Amino acid sequence: MRTNEKSRASATLVTPASAPVRRTPAPPAERMIDAPPFPENVKNYINNEQLRANMRHATHTIRAKRSAVAAELPNWEELRTAAEDIKNHTARHLDYYLEQLEANLIKNGAQVHWASDAAEANRIVIALVQAKGVDEVVKIKSMVTQEIELNEALEAAGIAAWETDLAELIVQLGHDRPSNILVPAIHRNRDEVREIFLREMKLYGKAAPEDLDNDPKNLAAAARLHLREKFLRAKVALSGSNFCVADNGTLVIVESEGNGRMCLTLPETLISVTGIEKLVPTIADLEVVLQLLPRSSTGERMNPYTSMWTGVTPGDGPQEVHVVLVDNGRSKVLADTTGREVLRCIRCAACMHACPIYERVGGHPYGSVYPGPIGSALTPQLRGFNSAIDKSLPFACSLCGACAEVCPVKIPLPDILVYLRHRVVEEKKRGHLGLEQTLIGFFGWVMSKGRRFGRFGTMAGLARRVLGKEYLRSLPSLGKRWTASRDLRMPPKSSYRKLWKKRARRKGGA
Amino acid sequence: MMGRQEVLDKVRAALVDVVAQEQDSALAPALGRGRSIAPHPAMTESIGASQAPAQDTPPQWEYGQPTAVHDVAELFIDRVVDYKATVERAATEAEIPALVARMLASAGALTCALPAGLDAAWIADGAAAGVQMRWDDPPLSKEELNTISAVVTAASSGMAETGTIVLDHRADQGRRILSLLPDTHVCVIRADQIVTDVPEAMARQEASLRAGLPITWISGPSATSDIELSRVEGVHGPRNLYVIVVG
Amino acid sequence: MTSKKTVALFAICMNDVMYPQTCEATVALLERLGCEVVFPEEQTCCGQMFTNTGYHAEALGSVRSYVKAFTAYDYIVGPSGSCVASVRDQHPMLAAETGDKVLMQAVAAVVAKTYELTEFLIDVLGVEDVGAYFPHTVTFHPTCHAMRMAKIGDRPYRLLDKVEGLTLLPLAEYDQCCGFGGTFSVKNDVMSAAMVADKAAEVIKTGAEYLVNVDNACLMNIGGRLHREGSAVKTIHLAEILASTRAQAGS
Repeated sequence: MRTNEKSRASATLVTPASAPVRRTPAPPAERMIDAPPFPENVKNYINNEQLRANMRHATHTIRAKRSAVAAELPNWEELRTAAEDIKNHTARHLDYYLEQLEANLIKNGAQVHWASDAAEANRIVIALVQAKGVDEVVKIKSMVTQEIELNEALEAAGIAAWETDLAELIVQLGHDRPSNILVPAIHRNRDEVREIFLREMKLYGKAAPEDLDNDPKNLAAAARLHLREKFLRAKVALSGSNFCVADNGTLVIVESEGNGRMCLTLPETLISVTGIEKLVPTIADLEVVLQLLPRSSTGERMNPYTSMWTGVTPGDGPQEVHVVLVDNGRSKVLADTTGREVLRCIRCAACMHACPIYERVGGHPYGSVYPGPIGSALTPQLRGFNSAIDKSLPFACSLCGACAEVCPVKIPLPDILVYLRHRVVEEKKRGHLGLEQTLIGFFGWVMSKGRRFGRFGTMAGLARRVLGKEYLRSLPSLGKRWTASRDLRMPPKSSYRKLWKKRARRKGGA
Repeated sequence: MMGRQEVLDKVRAALVDVVAQEQDSALAPALGRGRSIAPHPAMTESIGASQAPAQDTPPQWEYGQPTAVHDVAELFIDRVVDYKATVERAATEAEIPALVARMLASAGALTCALPAGLDAAWIADGAAAGVQMRWDDPPLSKEELNTISAVVTAASSGMAETGTIVLDHRADQGRRILSLLPDTHVCVIRADQIVTDVPEAMARQEASLRAGLPITWISGPSATSDIELSRVEGVHGPRNLYVIVVG
Repeated sequence: MTSKKTVALFAICMNDVMYPQTCEATVALLERLGCEVVFPEEQTCCGQMFTNTGYHAEALGSVRSYVKAFTAYDYIVGPSGSCVASVRDQHPMLAAETGDKVLMQAVAAVVAKTYELTEFLIDVLGVEDVGAYFPHTVTFHPTCHAMRMAKIGDRPYRLLDKVEGLTLLPLAEYDQCCGFGGTFSVKNDVMSAAMVADKAAEVIKTGAEYLVNVDNACLMNIGGRLHREGSAVKTIHLAEILASTRAQAGS
């Protein structure tokens, strides 16, 4: 927090001629992909009692809400299966549906752009904004724009991107990063939000009321006032999309606050950046996904606002509409016949809310805009398995399966993670042999023959006789990772295999 | 347009297994998770349908089905009230003007925006009570709308199970901005416009979407759960939602 | 259906070496219920330690030894939700990865005959009251793999409900992972430690004498933490409770 304080102060108060003045609050300087491996990064968060308490409260609240509203629908399982089928079908014919979407968008007055990677997507958006001659845009929360780091690219081009979702605003003003795809400020409590609003709002627009308290209702009202002038002023809005309907060219945004409606309605130009996996074939398919998404995400029967638009509507809303279709690694994921199942994801966040690991540290240790189980399964596939964090993410899971149980599109997340671990290990095997591989190799050999394993059991029993203890309190090396927090029960003197043989001899003798 | 070809090429290269399956449909069950081979049942006569993917995994789903709801209008009312909106039931259209006036008064509205195609009779009592009525004809500017306290609109349809109002922004509902900037939204919906749930409603909206109309679903007043996941009503959209169910 | 069923005991590697009393209890219980039990000596483990750590080739020895050990039997019963689930879910995948059709068929056949203990008792033997006597307070932790992969449902509760003298105390946050996760417990040791500490705290809060479940691996984890904290709560596998009788208690 202190470093952020400094960087903001230097950006807003001191203006050396050489350094360009930042328009928006600076996010943390470190790149997410440079994060240490997950087990290491966890240590930076797990002892933060405030974070633990915030996360525990939030995840437990939303879990209860989700399961209550999911249970209300007698055909919930059929809906999940239908969504799985729809998204599988779409992915299997993605080229066809992308071209169909493009044709229908153009027919309805929208302009379509294609971006192979993040850099290309950012270049396209910057050029579109600059063509309108403006230096600021309002933004609806969008994961893909987080993924391509669009805000920072815009900032570098001298364009201020104002986040308008309440949680994104908290994150942006807090010089922070999102820790959840649904509720990006899930790691913050009301006192922290109040402090951020009081400190920062006045630097970037309408100040928060001086007597602002920590009542969420009043905090939301402060955001309403702060953003209203930006909504009214903005000429260009940026959005993502929740769904794109190929056979009509309709885009869908699901939201709660109305900031989405403001962005989709008030400005003259709308630029929607969307991942190519967001497609559904036809309008009717929306009946499936629009039942699953709100109940799985915020745990509501329906979110307050859902907007659908089809290109340009004469006389209503933006008269210049752009759609930027972004690949940025998705086609690479699609090429993996096992890994591609993650492309069904509709970004509801149910998996992270259900995850006992995410619950204890929040999203930041994942070093990705997509945290939790889906992040661990998606991010390394999107970015490649090159960084330390990406190699560690498939292992950031105890395989408890709570995520797969709640996933509305039935992504078998633990299975995918097990598969991705295999990919990481296969890559590792090409390098030098480490302790882990040696141990695993040894046990693999032991476990391939009953007699070998029997001898191993005998050795274990001998160890017990030698050490003479029922529990060990401390072990060296890898073993220390167990005994740092718990005692290790020692094997008894005799394995079952031995006992069985004895018994068989007794029986035979009897 | 370089990006376009590059993306499509990469996508096609990624799907070689699907192409192989389709060329040898005997292989399909072994290769994919798919259960059977048939066209997507919801595929319609839209553009490109003639070359639509003919073989694939059809969703095991019957589209557009109503759900079992005992009393559609009553469930709708219960569910809308759950979102902390105010709902009144009018037996006949004749009761609308008085209810509208009462709601505008309860919201303390001094000014009220009106879609160009709204039934003028609905707002007669409100106007008589002194609320300044502003027709969106010619279109009101966003700055003007930002100073207006309320809006009265009709609706396109409603969903009982989820307590959702659907606007397709025809003349009696007005442009999207109209039901967005004023802080109070009074919405009049006929009981026969309310259907059971999302599938039935979606089927009704298809024609509007095909005609290029924008659609807004409204489920209660603007809300957020962004602070500690506790729901708070009222952020950017109208903080007060009043609904009149007629019939 | 009066013919005596021959059951092959899938001992589970950890039980074999660390918890032989669970195997003894399983055998005693099945014999008491009229089964003939055999222990195929070619068995080793389910291999999930390898599979779940990303080492698929190394897991194949386990897959093959499982086939070799159990193909001849009609009922293969294992006192572990996790390992039975691994056999059912992962062995077919590992076999498919080899492309060896013979192995794939053999795996499919043997997997279809594999049961978790409580499934076998209730679904095959059709018994819920196994005549057990255990005059203690216990709390039950439904392990993740038993619950979500093997999907054994409420079977353990139905069996515990019929145990004479037993008092079951509810465990708060019962559906939360204990943090074991196989090699996760050492690869993500700090996270695992936080998870097991919370689980142990909930167990202690129940005031039960025993913590029971159907997976000794998780019991080793939670029990190790309970022991570190100096708690008096003992851990016990469900099979050992079901095997206990009034006659034993009296003797």
